[in-house]
Amino acid sequence: MTAGALQNTTAGSMPRTTGERFNRFVSRSPVHIVLGLIGLIWLVPSIGLLITSFRPSSDMRASGWWTVLGDPSFTVANYARVLEGEGMGAAFLNSIFITVPSTIIPLVVASLAAFALAWVRFPLRDTTFLIIIGLMLVPVQIGFIPLVQGLRPTGLLTNFGAIWLTHAAYALPFGIFLLRNFFITLPKDLIEAARIDGASNLAIFRTIVVPLSVPAIASYGIFQFLWTWNDLLMSLIYVQSNAAQPMPVKITQLLGTYASEWSLLAAASFLVMVVPLIVFFSLQRYFVQGLLAGSVK
Amino acid sequence: MAVATPAAGSREPGRRNSRGGFNWTALAFMAPAALLLLAFLVFPALYTLGLSFNRGRGGQFSEWVGFTNFINLFTNDPNFLRIGFPPQGALWNNVLWLVFYTFLSVSLGLLVAVMATRVRYEAIIKAVVFLPMAIAATAIGVIWSFVYFPNGNTGLLNAVLGIGGVGPAAFLGSTATVNWAIIAVGVWGSVGFCTVILSAALKGISTEVLEAARVDGASERAIFFRIIIPMISLPISVVAVTLVVNVIKLFDLPYVMTRGGPGASSRTIAFSMYQEAFPQGRFGYGAAIAIVMLLLLVPVLVYNVRRFRSDRVTA
Repeated sequence: MTAGALQNTTAGSMPRTTGERFNRFVSRSPVHIVLGLIGLIWLVPSIGLLITSFRPSSDMRASGWWTVLGDPSFTVANYARVLEGEGMGAAFLNSIFITVPSTIIPLVVASLAAFALAWVRFPLRDTTFLIIIGLMLVPVQIGFIPLVQGLRPTGLLTNFGAIWLTHAAYALPFGIFLLRNFFITLPKDLIEAARIDGASNLAIFRTIVVPLSVPAIASYGIFQFLWTWNDLLMSLIYVQSNAAQPMPVKITQLLGTYASEWSLLAAASFLVMVVPLIVFFSLQRYFVQGLLAGSVK
Repeated sequence: MAVATPAAGSREPGRRNSRGGFNWTALAFMAPAALLLLAFLVFPALYTLGLSFNRGRGGQFSEWVGFTNFINLFTNDPNFLRIGFPPQGALWNNVLWLVFYTFLSVSLGLLVAVMATRVRYEAIIKAVVFLPMAIAATAIGVIWSFVYFPNGNTGLLNAVLGIGGVGPAAFLGSTATVNWAIIAVGVWGSVGFCTVILSAALKGISTEVLEAARVDGASERAIFFRIIIPMISLPISVVAVTLVVNVIKLFDLPYVMTRGGPGASSRTIAFSMYQEAFPQGRFGYGAAIAIVMLLLLVPVLVYNVRRFRSDRVTA
């Protein structure tokens, strides 16, 4: 199932007979009703859009998607049209080109800094870490005007350079915070022993800290991947070439052009949703762990 | 700022010892992060601060205007703040978000977390409410614009209301309903986050405490309000603070669903910053809004630093 880390069994005392089971079910029916209602509100809107993305657009205009059971007729024409005619195929590739370096760069840079903050002594180390905790909250808006001004002459705004660097920089404080707090929990004896054996910091980082920290690094990587994949605002500012736009920007353009062509908009939306949903279902455990470490620590 | 730290250490005499006193490795490990943070966060923040006291024509320093941008923002810009009854504008919309989005997300998240422990499909219901966390806000905006579509033949909500003979209503097209409609979407997107964090906190409460209370004859209601809520008050406040930060940075949903409209009625502070600086080209004014956003986040910053410090005391 989808369970993974969300599964935490709290099995109470199990009822023994059918009668007990029935009583238990009735006494808990308000719980079942409320949770059922919540489940519906959380699922139905997405299912509606999914169905609409496979309906011919004439059907979409003629009747609601919920009538589809009475008259099922499906097509992939909407997907074909947004992928080729409307450029969502190119935007899909752009999203990949933007997201992969925007994830790898901060992953490497934050791991290095987090290692120094956890295991290399240097003056004002704790102050540096507090400054980084402070920088976690700096809104991206603070950089828009100077960075657009400063990056325009470099040409980075018309390729992917500006978006890679800005995504990386604004993801660093959270990444350093998360990874440093994980690295510091590694056994001290192990690292001291390696030092006594003459291992350099780089060797300790590569052969001890990184291999033991795969879960934390994976959590941060997944966060950063989903964040950049789903981002709209940073791309509006830092990707100024129409040919380089990622999917979320493309969708807002389609919204402007085809305000009520829901079949097309639905297909485009599912294209942007499919990769995060795959990541989410396959790596849900790391995602939830990262969420807990990032906010409750 | 961050780079000054290792550099200051270079004044120390030579290398100390193999256990990691100052050495060049610390600088080498910190340098890439320090450079990126200085170039893309710290320096731009100072530039934006300077620009907020300037006309900022073309994004350059053109003419010093003192506090004019800030004064105009709070007294002379009905799109940002219009005092009245009820007040209007982006700042007021953020207040509505702050109160209703935060309260509803945390309450519903706690409700689902508590109720889910009593059913066998706990993992499934939690995954279902958590799902929007993975979806782009852009796609969430499309999903709900479709639900809200003002035609009972296409929009689900108007179809449901139509059964009761109500509507159709243009939820996103009326200044009276637009903010509530988008806040509801925000709640839909955030309940899963609250559920997951609070659920983990609930599992941490020892069953012995709850059993003892039950043996003493405490009602379920009393157990919930007198024991469970106080015991998870820290995770609740952490979740609430995260949501408050979300509100101050909120841009995508209003941009996708209404472009801040109708008129300017569903703008948020973050939306105004984008709108004033880029489509309108009022860079000094946009810089002032960015500084207001930063100032609104300072209390959260103080809270986080304090929490980190107290963590270390207890650790």
